Amino acid sequence: MSVTTLILLVLGLGLAGWLVARSRAAMFRRASADHRIAALPVYHGWYAALWIVVPTLLFALVWMPISEQLIIQHVLASPAAENLPAFGMQRETVLSEARMVATGAAPGVFNQDAAALVGPFEEAISRYSVIGFVVTLLVAGSGAAFAFLRLKPDFRARTRVERMVLSTLLIASLVAILTTLGILASLVFETIRFFGMVSPVDFLLGTNWSPDPMSSATNPDGSRYGAIPLFWGTLFIGAIIAMIVAIPLGMMSAIYLNQYAAPRVRTWIKPALEVLAGVPTVVYGYFAALTVAPAIRDIALSLGISNPSSESALAAGLVMGVMIIPFVSSMADDSIAAVPQAMKDGSLAMGATQNETIKRVLVPAALPGIVAGIMLAISRAIGETMIVVMAASFAANLSANPLEAMTTVTVQIVALLTGEGSFDHPATLAAFALGFVLFLVTLVLNIIALRVVKRFREAYE
Amino acid sequence: MSETADTTVKGSPLASQAQKSLADENVETGEPKMRARGVDVYYGNKKAIDSVDIDVYTEYVTAFIGPSGCGKSTFLRSLNRMNDTIPSARVTGTIELDGEDIYASGMDVVQLRARVGMVFQKPNPFPKSIYDNIAYGPKIHGLAEGKQDLDEVVEKSLRRAGLWEEVKDRLTDSGTALSGGQQQRLCIARAIAVDPEVILMDEPCSALDPIATAKIEELIDELRGRYGIVIVTHSMQQAARVSQRTAFFHLGNLVEYGHTSDIFTNPAEKRTQDYITGRYG
Repeated sequence: MSVTTLILLVLGLGLAGWLVARSRAAMFRRASADHRIAALPVYHGWYAALWIVVPTLLFALVWMPISEQLIIQHVLASPAAENLPAFGMQRETVLSEARMVATGAAPGVFNQDAAALVGPFEEAISRYSVIGFVVTLLVAGSGAAFAFLRLKPDFRARTRVERMVLSTLLIASLVAILTTLGILASLVFETIRFFGMVSPVDFLLGTNWSPDPMSSATNPDGSRYGAIPLFWGTLFIGAIIAMIVAIPLGMMSAIYLNQYAAPRVRTWIKPALEVLAGVPTVVYGYFAALTVAPAIRDIALSLGISNPSSESALAAGLVMGVMIIPFVSSMADDSIAAVPQAMKDGSLAMGATQNETIKRVLVPAALPGIVAGIMLAISRAIGETMIVVMAASFAANLSANPLEAMTTVTVQIVALLTGEGSFDHPATLAAFALGFVLFLVTLVLNIIALRVVKRFREAYE
Repeated sequence: MSETADTTVKGSPLASQAQKSLADENVETGEPKMRARGVDVYYGNKKAIDSVDIDVYTEYVTAFIGPSGCGKSTFLRSLNRMNDTIPSARVTGTIELDGEDIYASGMDVVQLRARVGMVFQKPNPFPKSIYDNIAYGPKIHGLAEGKQDLDEVVEKSLRRAGLWEEVKDRLTDSGTALSGGQQQRLCIARAIAVDPEVILMDEPCSALDPIATAKIEELIDELRGRYGIVIVTHSMQQAARVSQRTAFFHLGNLVEYGHTSDIFTNPAEKRTQDYITGRYG
């Protein structure tokens, strides 16, 4: 009995319950004097169907891992299991091989130990699938019985169904929140482990970043874990260079599109900008690493700067800025569009030109929204990984020269986690501490931005 | 006195009567401040205003009344070319300000709007301080030199709008923090600050309570004579209270234009009478 058949069976039962309950309720309705019952027949149908399907699926969810364990127990209890290797990978290999043969996933055994176990496996699988099938039917039957016992003319099926739908919606919304909490918890846990090995002071204030995965894990050298150069590189590339590109260009394009562009032009340019937002960041990465970075190096050389880096912060920052333009532009566009027409009319009626109206009324009025957009853009830029991995350097330099190689938090996280370092080593755990800091910073930026946007909305409603 | 005939609709039976009573009032100065002749306004292919003739005098408050959608606001907005901001709108005919065609190609719309100001239905102060709201116009038109000069303009405008006493201690507060009636007077003060010749008011009291409305009406009366005032209103009582000339619009046509007292007590047209007695609209 495969899982698919089981699911189809349960859904079939649910459908049957739906049809039967609905027609019974319809009968009640015909029988009643004024053709009124407490809920429409279709809600009785849904009530029965949900009571059949939901408990059964919940049971199946629980049963699957349990039956797995029971099968293994059964096989190990059989006399053939006595020859198994005691522990470790070998034992697992034999078991899984026997299992694959038993379920027909593999044609024959490779290991002779496994051959003896195929029989017990087949026996256990068939036994527990029968048990599972019977219990499933029982659960479905009792669910149906429960629902049908309550199927009466004055039963308020609609409110019950609505309540069930409501709880489903609630669970759906909780999933995202719980996932966030889970991510945070795992980050915090690993970060605490890291700070048990390296002092937070060294980490947050040190200026030398050169973790050595080969060094002794028990007595790490805290002075090699100074993350200031990474924080600086992140800020310099994501919040300074990228924003120097993105803010003016984004603002100007928003103003042009919102205030000056003819509708025909707007219908072309706006989607084009949105396409820019949809380009995978890895593609920007190629562009930064293969086109922009060498070009910047050549320009620097021709300007007489000796030995410029081919992995400059400038290249990564410029391309990231271009990537961010649509964010700034669309937030600014929305904010300017949200300024009431009355405000604009008021200014124009004073004899202000369109230019003066934009500069002195529209942009100041839209400023909170624009600032919020910029903050969201910064939080995206500093969390951006692919462009900097491809175009920025791995060398941690503390420098204000945009032509020098610099690294960012995200680049270092990638570098620390893609090695073969052990998860007990501070050089690996440092990635979690970096991630945690990044998470906190972007979280704070997002919260501020959302609050600003909210207050701004209230002002005009 | 030949000009007085223009204050009434051509061919209207009211014409001779209006002319007579104008002479009686004996305040006629001759040239009207603004003169509209044969004005049509189109939105796309739809004609919203059909051949309107009207004169606006500095000495009188002129009220436009009529049911919703009759075109009175549309016509008002064509008097300072605010319809230019609507791409599909088109105006034909002539509208003159001191004898100068405002739709002529040489007319600078920025200058025009500085001379013909406007106050809107909903108070629309800028999200700036009270001071900056008033100083906005003088700044963009370069009307004030230096801080002291600007302070004077702000005070004078707020005084004329009857708002000075209420806000003089909190000029740095946001204009949007004022009450609705104060906001509307702020908008009037803002319009006054650029020293216009005509002020157009598009239902300035429709968003205000009766007390705030009374203050605005009082203000309009005080401003009469200094500025030509045109007010669009839905309230016939308001038109009767504040105006000396009333124009009744219906379905894009100017049905009747004349002395307010005549329009309300002795309308020449059946449609006017039906409207003011509340039979439709």
